[in-house]
Amino acid sequence: MKRIFMYLSRTKKEAILAPLFKMLEVVFELLVPVIVSLIINKGINEGGQSDLKFIFLMCGILFAFGILGLLSSVTAQYFAAVASSKLQSALRTDLLKKINSLEYKELDDVGTASLITRMSSDVNQVTTGVNMALRLLLRSPIVIIGAVIVAFFFSNLAGITFLITVPVLFLLIFLVMVFTIPLFKKSQQKLDVVVRLSRENLNGVRVIRAFNKQEAEIEKFNKTNDKLAKYQLFVGKISNIINPLTFALINIFIIALIYVGALQVDVGSLENGDVVALYNLASQILVEMVKFATLLVTMSKSLASNKRIEQIFSIKSNLKHLDVIDKINTDDLFVFDNVSMSYNGQEMALNNISFKVKKGQMIGIIGGTGSGKTTLVNLIPHFYDISEGKIYYKGLNLLNYDEKTLRFEIAVVPQKSQLFKGTIRDNLKLGNLAADDETLYNALKISQGYDFVMAKDGGLSYPVEQEGRNFSGGQKQRLTIARALVKQSDILILDDSSSALDFKTESELRKGLKKLNKTIFIVSQRTASLRACDQIIVLDKGHMAGLGTHEELLKSSQIYREIYFSQYKEEKDETL
Amino acid sequence: MKLYKQIFKDLGKDKFFLFSSIILAIIYVVASLYLPILAGDCVDLIVEKGNVNFEKIFQIFIIMGLLLVIAAIAQYLLNLCNNHLIYKYAASLRKRTFEKLERLPLKYLDSHPSGDILSRLSSDIEVVNDGLLIGMNQLFIGVFTIVMTLVFMFILNYIMAIVVVVLTPLSLFAARFIAKNINRYFYQQASYRGEQIAFIEEMMNNQKVVRAFNYEDKSEEDFSIITDKLEDATRKSSFFSALPNPVTRFVNALIYAVIILIGALLTIYNLGFSVGLLMTFLSFASKYATPFNDISSVITELENALTCLKRVYELLDEEDEVSDKGNKNLEAVEGNISLNDVSFSYDVNQKLIEHLSLNVKKGQKIALVGPTGCGKTTFINLLMRFYDVNKGSISVDGHNIKAITRDSLRRNYGMVLQDTYLRYGTIEENITMGDNFTHEQVVEAAKMSSCDHFISLLKDGYNTLIDENGGDFSQGQKQLIAICRVMLRLPPMLILDEATSSIDTRTEIKIQQAFNILMKNKTSFIVAHRLSTIKDADIILVMKDGNVIESGTHQDLLKKKGFYYELYNSQFVNEDS
Repeated sequence: MKRIFMYLSRTKKEAILAPLFKMLEVVFELLVPVIVSLIINKGINEGGQSDLKFIFLMCGILFAFGILGLLSSVTAQYFAAVASSKLQSALRTDLLKKINSLEYKELDDVGTASLITRMSSDVNQVTTGVNMALRLLLRSPIVIIGAVIVAFFFSNLAGITFLITVPVLFLLIFLVMVFTIPLFKKSQQKLDVVVRLSRENLNGVRVIRAFNKQEAEIEKFNKTNDKLAKYQLFVGKISNIINPLTFALINIFIIALIYVGALQVDVGSLENGDVVALYNLASQILVEMVKFATLLVTMSKSLASNKRIEQIFSIKSNLKHLDVIDKINTDDLFVFDNVSMSYNGQEMALNNISFKVKKGQMIGIIGGTGSGKTTLVNLIPHFYDISEGKIYYKGLNLLNYDEKTLRFEIAVVPQKSQLFKGTIRDNLKLGNLAADDETLYNALKISQGYDFVMAKDGGLSYPVEQEGRNFSGGQKQRLTIARALVKQSDILILDDSSSALDFKTESELRKGLKKLNKTIFIVSQRTASLRACDQIIVLDKGHMAGLGTHEELLKSSQIYREIYFSQYKEEKDETL
Repeated sequence: MKLYKQIFKDLGKDKFFLFSSIILAIIYVVASLYLPILAGDCVDLIVEKGNVNFEKIFQIFIIMGLLLVIAAIAQYLLNLCNNHLIYKYAASLRKRTFEKLERLPLKYLDSHPSGDILSRLSSDIEVVNDGLLIGMNQLFIGVFTIVMTLVFMFILNYIMAIVVVVLTPLSLFAARFIAKNINRYFYQQASYRGEQIAFIEEMMNNQKVVRAFNYEDKSEEDFSIITDKLEDATRKSSFFSALPNPVTRFVNALIYAVIILIGALLTIYNLGFSVGLLMTFLSFASKYATPFNDISSVITELENALTCLKRVYELLDEEDEVSDKGNKNLEAVEGNISLNDVSFSYDVNQKLIEHLSLNVKKGQKIALVGPTGCGKTTFINLLMRFYDVNKGSISVDGHNIKAITRDSLRRNYGMVLQDTYLRYGTIEENITMGDNFTHEQVVEAAKMSSCDHFISLLKDGYNTLIDENGGDFSQGQKQLIAICRVMLRLPPMLILDEATSSIDTRTEIKIQQAFNILMKNKTSFIVAHRLSTIKDADIILVMKDGNVIESGTHQDLLKKKGFYYELYNSQFVNEDS
């Protein structure tokens, strides 16, 4: 909430004036029944002297009130729209900045799907909430309280009738809402099951038909579906009490009012016009009650959204840094010294990994799923903190570097090829906005993407759809490799990023990379991809299970041999 | 029009509730409209000091009390009736759509985005449900209210009635006029919002790339351009969208003033009017105006509902798979499969499989090889009769598969695809697929397919609940579960899709071992990604662009020095040598 007020304080004028003008409108509305009673009491004198002039004057005033009410309401709305739309932009921009400042670990924790809902629908919900709060949150209570006060102005007894009825009505509406909201939620959950069953059947249509499960699935669906309908009817029985009950109550209230009015007119403390006015006030209250109840539901949704957004803002990005310079004397570009890493503080993803990398070397990393390959390469650009041990880059502890500077020198090709909407050119220039087309072409030639890009209409200017949907997996991989090359960094990390390429293309790619004279880390499942590496790190469940060249590992590492021969059965028979 | 007929036909099945709903609506409207008249009568009995007819007022109170009870009960029952009609209708729509889903040919399902079909079944029917419910609750009552108020007003005082009738629609026109003119702001806002959401989705999905490439500043810059556009559009649309309410309130205030003025004049000049009547008319004027104001929003809801309903009926009108009623069941299958001059394509203009003939004998192993998208899936589609061939025929043990039931054909095939389909339920349920197998049988099959080990490590073992996306299993483990499904049944013919390179070697070895157990003495088709595993295949079909371009044994194909030769050799390219 603090943040909301902070944003509102930037549009102080609008944020204050909006509800003020709205209140003004309410005042004009509340005066209407008073004027009507004046007309009846003073203007119309059945059988006696009627004051035509007075009636016309009063009707003119009613008309004027209408116009003034319209003007104040429109003004209020304008201010509310300005304040809330500005708030929406500011909130979203800050949220993106915040998310942009999160590191890998926090991104993993929150998850992409929930980041998207926070950025889109939650911000929308908060904006709607603020807009409605500025316009309406004060309106209904003021109308209701105002009506009660005006009633007292007519007669104490009538005022007391109002004072009793208003809380009763409010309590009723509130109670039914409190009771039914969880019921509706549960009914929604049952509906979700129905949708899930449908989705499962759509996605698994081949399997379901292969196993001849159609009839069984229909039966299962019908059962769930019937349950849903029954539950909806049950909820309806409860939630539908509210309308008839308020209807009955408000009419009982009116009967009571007329009775009170009759008593007081009989003793001469009220006139019949006042009874009419009280009757009108009562109907105004009913309308506002219902509005207020729906408003509260919207507001509670907005508050929940706001809470979810606040959770993101409260995340602390905490990559470790060292203030003291930690330097060692070495020629090696990288030194991994007994590095261990855990994502959750319990199970270790990497255990006591030590190795050294010379400038210009090609390092292969191999191992089964979950063996820690990606984890290991993600430590190099300080995407994650390590739990134990030390990493040195150019002789300086990695924790002494600012991430931005460090990442500037490292180009990464992630496992999942992700592109952005724009052109091929935009995508390639992601890490190097100043790159010229020549650089892009060179990179594409190495990544084996030149031919297919040139075959596209417009070449580099060919549009890339959202997330690169209009490219095949292999094409995307070649583009993401080129993108990393365009960055012109000294260090290149390829995280299993040629899996969609056929053997021939992949070997061309490797040849091209070899000529670049960069320090390259290659993660792969295939020993063929790593044969030419200067060093290969074999990982097994987070442990180092071998380190050396292909030939050395064939002799020394049992696991490496297993992987190798499982992939090259023939070669074993034919060439060895 | 056809659509309306459909709805009435479907809703009319519940004649009792439909009829009750109409009757109750009339009772509610008449009772609730008579109450203000009685209140007005009371006010007329309260004249001045000492001139109040309490006796008569009490009599009216009793009638009012009775009426309000009747109106409240009628309203409650009316809602229940409508709920019953609509919820049952929505449920029957869901039921029919789901049944349709199970009976549609795969051709339809493959060529239509599953999201679209799903939204017809879920959100479209939801919109129909909500729209019709609001329609039934408000439209009928609204129309009855307008009619009955008119009747009452004309009975009470025709001059005032004319005034109200002429003036009240003004607010409706005002609201309509505004709504028409603000549409474009909404449209603009919606399109910018869509643009922004697309941007957000992409940025959130690519956060790690953004971080790796130091792309934060540029992304914020790009974002601010969209945000500014959206801010402008939001301000306009939220301002204009809030206009109809105050404007209608203003018009209503005007009408109010005019009614009071005329009412006062009529009373003064003794033209059959009174203060009580004035009060009744004021309340009638607002009762008469409310449905007009609501109707426009109700109509939008109804229009939405009808659009969605149309989409649902469209789906229901799709043709089912060709019926296989009367076909023979395939029994005691040996597993001899032959393709006789088969031609097939998804699209008439794009030739795919042409004149393919193939004889597979019992127990043979057929390998399908080729780059992604070469038509291996098409082949499976035809074997399992997910699609029918265009020309030629496929037969199993000499029976044309078009002449036997799909059930019995598919029962004799075991299929393991690369993407394993798992659903919400326990692991055991996912393995048995709801068929009758004992727990022991399941465990036995799981052991043979190397998944017993990792399943028993789970917290609840075979009873562990997994979600729709298959829980925390790796792709390889999921495939082992799929193999287990087939292992449990050991059908005479198999279709196996090999694991891709994204699965680690050890799991892959396990999958291969399980495949070998399955394939013993079975006719099997293997989609291969690694040529090493298929050297011993009886026939290798090399596919490219949907067509079989080469076929033969491993040795035959190598001798040919064709596409297979090239593929095979590229596997062993080594830049050092």
